[in-house]
Amino acid sequence: MKRGGLFGRTRVSRLPQAWRRPLAVVGVVVALVWIVVALAAPVLAPHDPLAQELPRLAPPGPGHWLGTDQLGRDILSRIMYGARVSIPLTLLLVALSVVVGGLLGACAGYFGRWVDETIMRLADLVFAFPTVILAMVVAAALGASLGNAVLAVLVVAWPAYARVTRGLVLGVREREFVLSGRLLGFSAWRSLRVDVLPNVTGPVLVLATLDIGTALLLLSGLSFLGLGAKPPSPEWGAMVAAGVDVFDSWWVATFPGLAILTVVLAFNFLGDTLRDALDPRTARAIKERAL
Amino acid sequence: MRSPFARFLVRRVVTALLLAVGITLVTFVLTNLVPGDPAAANLGQRALGDPAIVAQWRSDHGLDRPLPQQYLMHLAGLLHGDLGTSQQSHRPVLDDLAQSVPATLELAGAAILVSLVLGVGFGVVAALRRDRFADHVLRVLSLIGISVPTFWLALVAFYVFFFRLQVTPGSGRIDPGMTPPPQVTGLYTVDALLSGRWEVFSSAVGHLAAPALVLALYTIGLLTRFTRSAVLEVLGQDYVRAARAKGLPGRVVLFRYVLRPALVPIITVAGLAFGSLLSGTVLVEAVFAWPGVGQYAYKSATTLDLPAVMGVGLVVGVVYLVINLVVDVLYGVIDPRVRVS
Amino acid sequence: MKAESRTAALTIEGLRVSIGDQEILHGVDLTLEAGRVHGLAGESGSGKTMTGLAVLGLLPHGSRTSGRITFGGRDLLGMPAGELNKVRGAKVAMVFQDPATSLHPMLTVERQLTEHMRHHLGIGRKEARERAAGLLAKVRIPGPEEALGRYPHQFSGGMRQRIAIAVALACDPEVLIADEPTTALDVTVQAGILRLLRGLCDDLGLAVLLVTHDLGVMSAVADEVSVMKDGLVVETGPRGRVLREPDHPYTRSLLDALPVPPGENSP
Repeated sequence: MKRGGLFGRTRVSRLPQAWRRPLAVVGVVVALVWIVVALAAPVLAPHDPLAQELPRLAPPGPGHWLGTDQLGRDILSRIMYGARVSIPLTLLLVALSVVVGGLLGACAGYFGRWVDETIMRLADLVFAFPTVILAMVVAAALGASLGNAVLAVLVVAWPAYARVTRGLVLGVREREFVLSGRLLGFSAWRSLRVDVLPNVTGPVLVLATLDIGTALLLLSGLSFLGLGAKPPSPEWGAMVAAGVDVFDSWWVATFPGLAILTVVLAFNFLGDTLRDALDPRTARAIKERAL
Repeated sequence: MRSPFARFLVRRVVTALLLAVGITLVTFVLTNLVPGDPAAANLGQRALGDPAIVAQWRSDHGLDRPLPQQYLMHLAGLLHGDLGTSQQSHRPVLDDLAQSVPATLELAGAAILVSLVLGVGFGVVAALRRDRFADHVLRVLSLIGISVPTFWLALVAFYVFFFRLQVTPGSGRIDPGMTPPPQVTGLYTVDALLSGRWEVFSSAVGHLAAPALVLALYTIGLLTRFTRSAVLEVLGQDYVRAARAKGLPGRVVLFRYVLRPALVPIITVAGLAFGSLLSGTVLVEAVFAWPGVGQYAYKSATTLDLPAVMGVGLVVGVVYLVINLVVDVLYGVIDPRVRVS
Repeated sequence: MKAESRTAALTIEGLRVSIGDQEILHGVDLTLEAGRVHGLAGESGSGKTMTGLAVLGLLPHGSRTSGRITFGGRDLLGMPAGELNKVRGAKVAMVFQDPATSLHPMLTVERQLTEHMRHHLGIGRKEARERAAGLLAKVRIPGPEEALGRYPHQFSGGMRQRIAIAVALACDPEVLIADEPTTALDVTVQAGILRLLRGLCDDLGLAVLLVTHDLGVMSAVADEVSVMKDGLVVETGPRGRVLREPDHPYTRSLLDALPVPPGENSP
């Protein structure tokens, strides 16, 4: 009888079982669609996102499939171009958080003592605030712009990665192969880079994938509050904000929001599946035998 | 000192106080990061033209002193309740906030109650019915819950339920034309009950429903996911198996052996969830014209009213700190092992 | 050799267990007698723990069983959950490997001793407390009265296992299944626990199933020994005979792997 291991140990299937779940498939497909849209927007979009040539506040219909806003701009085109703004920025944001937070956390875990103390106290301070509030405060202080909004979210996001990496590094630091490396004369930096960090990347990756959705929600939330993208940039959060005043023209706010929802959902599906696949406990439970 | 529990309490309170100081430091640093002259931000156009007035203002506010001293002055001011003056309302930020806090407390309170009941409930069901239909449905629903942009949902809900379907009442906390109940707690629902004014009570609840549910969606999703994994983790523990080996009835095992240890991580998340609720109010209150801290924060952010924004950050930060302190203490009550650490 | 007729307290016949697509136990046969310690030896993966868990219906999520486990004239395998719960803890009890994880971390020792006592025996709080103190004394916990009010993490490993044994004995069971009771403990403490188990078996006439991978433990306390390999019992017999003159090559290989022959290092 065939044994379908979680990582496809026997020759049953090349795709690990977890990936054959419908959620993961949906997630990957949707994410890919959006990435294609972002890349090909100049080709795919029917209109210029900044051009104010169409009838204002026109409901969805031929020529403007998702309607137009109060300045006569085509919402469909703006959403497509918005993907070029939101998606790369979000991915960049998460990458930065991972690098900054991860590095700080690894240093904290590896070097210990006052390095550890300072970094962890800083992290505690960030955790002391609810996320949007802190992001809002930082963005307001720095000045309303998309770049500053990214910085604000970065400030809010790095501690989570720092904590995780620190914990992982602490777990690995005392293992034999690390100690023997130091005994052989590796410098602290080399030891950190070569022995410790590779063992830490897995769980951090899962965290990062799940975080993409949160980052997008925060970024668009800040833009909604006017602390992010400036007009006429077709950023999705700002587009929803524009729809607040004309909420009876429901299409102005609804479609950009749906765009955000689908992207976040796709990455959350992906991240969840990744986590199940990499979770040692689930894998162990399947392999569990008499001991 | 007497009991380990008292020691534990004192330690937690001291940490909280230190963090509170840290929060004031953060807001102070951020205020000074602002490019541009604070005098320009606070004085009117005419006053700015006169260098003597500007100099006087700067000296009054200690802007000519070294930074650490400015911080101490800032701290002293905070302790006296001086949070600066709002550029929008031209009133002390503290007054503005004091007025809006009860409304947000009522909204956030309702939302957290709903979230806890539904979120924890769904999570437990999902864990106990693991890998069956109910579990899959709940997992997908909770994933959707944490993916929805709150500000967008507020708009959609408002449009659909108020504008189109006329199911929920419009903006504000009670029907226009109705007078609020005599103030005891500031929470209209509670006050209405206390003074026996049923129409006000039902109006208040009706107005509370939509924004509270919108606010709660994210936290329900969060709590469901978290409770599910916390309960699953506990279900796999040896002591649960040992309890079943003792022949204890299912219900006892569930409550004493599964839920009680699972409560510890669940309470942490509940604390975090409250934080995200507070965040959410910024995005939700404006849409529903709910006169709370969130709406105040929204207006301050959109008009770049810095003293107000800082004031909100400070106050919300401290409130959140207190909540987390309460959570920490609850840990100690539930799990005796924590008292020693 | 004594020619007493021994009563079979619990009999396992043809026990098969599958988890998912894997068959773990391929037809295990075992007999437990009152007043005797029956050792179940084998390496990791041999199925010995699963055998113990199967008796009380504690196999993991998604397991299927067939065969017969006879206790008190009834088949435990087919029993509905409600009936089985009356057997568990009251008539057949279990002690697990690691007392640090098998005792509830947030309940007092008294609570853990008395909760199933009161459930199965229906006695009142005060009486239960007295019995609990007596049990702690029987397992040689010093200061039983104060111990009742403490939490498991406040005791050392060896003490915790004694408490776990007391918990198992609380309702005067007829059968005790001990799953690797000394494996998680320091070597210095192991002997004491084994002595305790042997003493309780003799005093109370318990039928004990002692599951372990450690042949040294086996030689110290077991009367009968069964050796398991890959989900089947390959050899069964009196301890002395099996450990000195094993029939099965597997048993022989296990013995050969020991640094010191068993029987020479009994406590």
